[in-house]
Order: sequence, then structure tokens, then C-alpha cells
Amino acid sequence: MAKPKTQEYPVLWLQGGACTGCSVSVLNSVSPSAKNILIDEIIPGKHINVRFHTTVMGGTGDSVVAELEQTREEAKGAYLLVVEGSVPLGADGVYAVIGERDDEGIPMLSWVKSLGQDALAVIAVGTCAAFGGIPAGAPNPTESASVQQVFSAEGIDTPLINVSGCAPHPAWFVGTVASLLIQGLPMEGELDEFRRPRAFYGQLIHENCPRRAYFDEGKFAKKLSDPYCLYEVGCKGPVTHADCPTRLWNNGVNWCVGSGAPCIGCVEPTFPDVVAPVYEKITDEALPNIGAE
Amino acid sequence: MGKITIDPITRIEGHLKIEAVVEDGEVKDARSSGTLFRGFELILRGRDPRDASQLTQRICGVCPQVHATASVLCLDSAFGVADKITDNGRIIRNLLLGANYVQSHILHFYHLAALDYVDVTSVATYEGDNAALNSIKNFIARGELGPFVPRYEGDYRLSDEMNRAATAHYVEALRLRRKAQEMLALFGGKMPHNCATVAGGVTEHPTVDKIVSFLWRLNEIRDFIDNTYIPDVLGVAEAYADYFSIGAGCGNLLAYGVFDLDGSEPDYLRRKRLLQSGTVSTDLKLGDVAAERIAEYVKHSWFADSSTGRYPGLGETVPQPGKAGAYSWLKSPRYDGKVYEVGPLARTMVNYVAGHPTVKGLVDPVLSRFEAGPGALFSVLGRHAARALECKYVADSMADWVLQLKPGEPVYTEYDIPEKSSGMGLVCGPRGALGHWIKIEDHKIANYQCVVPTTWNASPRDDEGTPGPIEQALIGTKIKDENNPFEIVRIVRSFDPCLACAVHVITPKGSDLGRFRVS
Repeated sequence: MAKPKTQEYPVLWLQGGACTGCSVSVLNSVSPSAKNILIDEIIPGKHINVRFHTTVMGGTGDSVVAELEQTREEAKGAYLLVVEGSVPLGADGVYAVIGERDDEGIPMLSWVKSLGQDALAVIAVGTCAAFGGIPAGAPNPTESASVQQVFSAEGIDTPLINVSGCAPHPAWFVGTVASLLIQGLPMEGELDEFRRPRAFYGQLIHENCPRRAYFDEGKFAKKLSDPYCLYEVGCKGPVTHADCPTRLWNNGVNWCVGSGAPCIGCVEPTFPDVVAPVYEKITDEALPNIGAE
Repeated sequence: MGKITIDPITRIEGHLKIEAVVEDGEVKDARSSGTLFRGFELILRGRDPRDASQLTQRICGVCPQVHATASVLCLDSAFGVADKITDNGRIIRNLLLGANYVQSHILHFYHLAALDYVDVTSVATYEGDNAALNSIKNFIARGELGPFVPRYEGDYRLSDEMNRAATAHYVEALRLRRKAQEMLALFGGKMPHNCATVAGGVTEHPTVDKIVSFLWRLNEIRDFIDNTYIPDVLGVAEAYADYFSIGAGCGNLLAYGVFDLDGSEPDYLRRKRLLQSGTVSTDLKLGDVAAERIAEYVKHSWFADSSTGRYPGLGETVPQPGKAGAYSWLKSPRYDGKVYEVGPLARTMVNYVAGHPTVKGLVDPVLSRFEAGPGALFSVLGRHAARALECKYVADSMADWVLQLKPGEPVYTEYDIPEKSSGMGLVCGPRGALGHWIKIEDHKIANYQCVVPTTWNASPRDDEGTPGPIEQALIGTKIKDENNPFEIVRIVRSFDPCLACAVHVITPKGSDLGRFRVS
């Protein structure tokens, strides 16, 4: 029996106010590997076809910009848009430009609107795309916005999933894509109030932290590199929703608190302003819900 | 005369645009533009100084560790503990940065640069039992070739056998660069962006299990560097030997030095480092580096003219989008008022000319093999070779360093944040010389300035109108096929630009309108 034709899912991956760290993190995926993601059928019979990703793609210049337009037309409503980085709105969007048309740079904002409108779904990967992140940190010099803010302002209702983190764990991104391929769009209740998959962001760091017993016993690190709970030296685990303590990072070798450093709250909409300073204890005043769990 | 604009230039980190004016098959003029501005220096103001090492890492997700390193060196000096970092702290910082070097160099050659030289499509006719090649063959047979095509067509010179081997190595390198990230996470917590690098040292303690785990990931990578990466670079060099005389650039090289071997000297430029600081030009004479000779110019950048010509410690970032005559979000750093290239080539040449025995031992056999003098290294292939040889030197050195760690001894030194202070952190990242400068007032960041490697290399013209290193490397280049200007992208990528960006190249009239705009 002939093998059924592979179903192709075109993926367009844009980078705006970004550092490429989210892309690098996805390359760190172990199973599936980066090669499995790029080359192989990530789910039997289904292949994600990364047509545009400026860090890895072979081509360059106008021909790859044409790829964006062509995919939007050919695969209307059938392609996946991944946005990495913030969308700068200031000065008519000139702070982040991808490609040119008639000698004018095309702002990230324009791409997010046009490609977002016609996508099957949009994944905002990383805290910058999901919530604005560091580029939107005070005083937000470029008036950086999240994808969600752009969609709300423009009345775009394409399904949006936020996979936050600075950088996000590769399994959060891969899991989100696999879920789309296997189950389709997220169902009611699968995303939290910030449109993040509950499967990965459903619990507080603090709830699963291996140093939690020290917190309960009142044993606190007094300086960095001390053992015990890092609450007094600034850990944001009590207000940060992610499965880092159980999933671990980079093939399971470690994670932030595991290395003796406080969680910096990088997956939260409050990063980097409200969860700062990094090494100061969180207060009820700054984060009123502490201890209310 | 025609103008080719290629935007974006891909397979780099960041948003870069290159415009090249081509006449009679030769680049007459070139402009390099950074097309992304996030305003990190403005966002840092008013924050807790210690947060700088977490925030500045996020400037670049490919090489965050060098920003973490420059930042903590800068904070150590501002906090008065630059000479008080424990040996464990110093060595772990070296291992974290070294792991990032190895990751970045392998990624650059195989995943960013190689597709300009290696024809992946030759795998379509592969008959054999290599699993990776067979899965790529199946991928090609399915007909959806993103992200490998579209691409430039024509000048692929390797044999089918070499193309296939290099393609298999592309896949293998994906796995090994991931392992280098795991090495970093063992002592750093996670990657990209680690938490363990802090002012005063590091937070992670060395344990024997971590030491062995690091060592054996490293051994696997060292085997790959020695037996695959370096031979592949030399193999590409043989097939494309004309690139030893293409893309020479400005002829001035600058390095701050990297990997502290002793922490007792508070002046980072005089500190004993694995690779020392210095300058060297095409005359092959060694010069020393003095930080006060660095200044940034902004006449052709979208920043206020009032901020031009400043020493970075007194620098300002005042964005002015749309400024007349400006074409980049990068400033123009200059040393002694002159244009300097930074990166692996600069580090290698400075230490080669200084008579560094290991560096000479790595470089001389390569020069003999190509019957070339050191001058040939000022080129596209010289940059790739320097990167590969340095990758080996750093990886080999890490195997010694990791065994110098002393479990149970301290990793962190306490300090007080002064009410008022200033600091400077100078080090080299995978892509070159990096400086961070801080001014602290009222215990907060009053000013923070970063002069990053790609700002040196991809800088626009300075106030004197002198083009930056990449611009100079492009000007005068012969373009064989204006529809497929391989020369331009090979030159640009040899610098390993890191801008979080997109690129434009400008082609002449008559070029394929489907691929290039003509103006």
C-alpha cells in the first residue's frame, strides 16, 4: 500500500524586538531533536515546513521576503505564524524592520498584522512576543507591544497561544505545536488567563520547588550561593507559573534554582519590571498575592 | 551603475541590512545598517545595578554568556571586588563562557555559514545507509524544501561526496552544539540565558558529578572539533581557495583578551588571560590596548549628534529616528579614531604576532598547507579558520580548567553596592571585543553603555566618513554573478554578525526582478 502523502504545515517565524534566544532554545530540544523538527515528520504523516526563519534559512533578501507573501496567499488560513520578540509601535514601527518594499523598510508591526490576520493560529514564543518582555521594560523606549496587544488594537481574532519564558523551554514550544497538530486548536480551559497552555504553566515554581521544605521550615539563604530557600535573596518562584522544577532544563541537567540562583520570574507578564529587582525579596506591596495560595 | 538591496540577510543573529552599489561587476560602495533598536541602555537606567547581568544577557540569545561575563566584570569593578573573585568563581565563569564559545562557533560554521558553500540538494541522489542522510533524502523527495531553499544558485564547488559528508555533519553539529549548551547549564542553570553568573562570582558549586558530566560532554565535542569541524573548514578552504584573497577588510584588528587565568590583577586589559589583549594591523606589529582610546561616533546613526565622539564610560544613547544622513541603529566605535575589526581573527592574529606558542602551533600548519603567509588570514577564509582553530584551543583548555575546580571551596564573594561608583568590564565574546560601562548613583544605574562586537564590525561610516569593517571588506569585491551575489553574503557572514536583524544587499540593473529590487 502506498504511503499516504505527508501533510505539510507551513510555518512562518518572524523575529521582531528579539535576541534569537527563543529560536536557540528550540534548537536545544532533545526529543524531538532540532533535526527531527526541521526535517522529519514531527507527528507521523505531518511535517512542519519552516518556510521562513531568518536564522536558519538558506536564502536571503527579497526572495525570502517573497516567501512570506506567497505563503500568506497560497496557504491562507492554513499556516502557522510564530512570533519571536516584541512588536515596536513607536516612530511608525521603524525600530524593527524586516525586508523592504519600494525602498521602504517593512515594519514588524505590518508583518504581524498582515500575516497574523490570515494564519491558522499564532504562537507568540517568548515573553517579549507574549507580553512585551524586556523591550517593553520601563521606559519602553520603542513602545514595544505584545502580539496580543496588537491583535486587540487591530481587531484580529486569529487564535493566539502565548508560550512565554526568557527563553521558553523547548518542550513548551514543541508541546504546543504537537498539540495543534494532534488535537487542533486549544479547547476551553486549556489556556490560562494569559493564553498560556496550563499543561506547562499551570503551577507555581514554588509548589514544586525542591527547596520548598526549607521555606516551610524557615531556613533561608542569606547570600547567593548559600543552600536553603532563596526567598530572602529574591526568588520569584512564589509568583511564577512554570514547570521548571519538575521538567528541568537542557536535557534535564539543571535549572535556575538548581544552580543556586533565584527564579527571576521570566515567564510572567510582570517581567522585567514588577518582578525586579532580581535579588530583592518580593513584597506584599509589589506583589499583593504572595502567600495567598 | 546599479544598486542591489538584499533584505533580510539571513543566517546571522539579528537585523542587518547591507546595500552594495555594483558597477562593472565590482562593489563600488557598501552600506551596513542595523535595522533593530530595543533601547537596552535606556531600560537599564534607574534599576538595581546587580540586575544588569540578567538583563544584558538578553541582548543576544546566541551568545548571552559574554554579556553576562562583561556585565559581572563591570559590576565587580564598580563594587570593588574585581580582584577578589574566588578561583572556583573565576574558573566556572571561564567554563560558562568557553561552553558558549564552542556552541557559537560550531553553530556559526555549520548552521549559519555552511549553506553558502555546501549543496544540500546533492543528498537527493544519495544511495547509502547513513540514517541522517536518508531522512534528508526523504525530506527532499517530499518537495517542501523550507528552510533550505530558496537560496543562491550556482557557485557550489564541493564534490557530491563532500556535500553529503558536510550535510551529515550539519545534522551532527545540531546535536553537539546542544551538548555545549548542556555543559553550560550544568554550572549555569539553563541556556539560553543563565542565572548563575552574578556579580561577586557564581552561584553554582562544583561537584564531582558535574565535573565529570561536563568533561565527557566536552570530550565528545573535542573529538568533533578535531576530526570533523577543522577538517571541514580546511576542505571548504581548498575548494574555495580564492576566498583567502576576498574580503580582507580594514586591516586593523582589536582584542580585549578573554578567559582569566589569574584574578589578582584588577585591570582587565593587563590581566593574565588565555588569549591576551592587543591590536595588530597588516604590518603585523603588536600594539597594546588602552580603554580611553575607544570612542563612539553617531553622525550616520539614528542617534542625536550631541552624543557623538564620546568615550563609552561617558556615552549617551539618544535615539533620533529618521535623522538626515543616518542609516543604522548601530553607532560607530573607533579606536584611536581608526576603524578596527574584532572577532576570532583579531584574537588569533594578536596572539600569533605576540608569539603565543599554542596559537602559533595551531596557525602555522594551516598556513604551510595553503603555502600562505599570515597576511592571507585577513580574508573570508582566514576568519573561518581562526574561528575553528580557536574553538579547539578553548575546548582543549576547558578540559584542564574543569579539573582545577575544588568542590567545597567558595564560589562567591560578598560586596556592598556603593552609593556612587563606576565600573568597566572588558572581555572578548565569540564574535569579538565587548565592553560594558556602568555609572552608579544613589545605589542605582545612572548610565550603562555596551559597545558590542558587531557594532565594531557592522558599524556605519564614522564622522570622518570612513566606512566600517564590513563595508570596507565589501568595497572593491568582484561579483561574478550579480543575480547570485555569493561574494557579498560570504563576506558578511564570515564576520558572524550578531544583530538580532535583517539584511539588504543592493544589485545592479538587469538583475532578476523576482529576486532583487533595482534602483
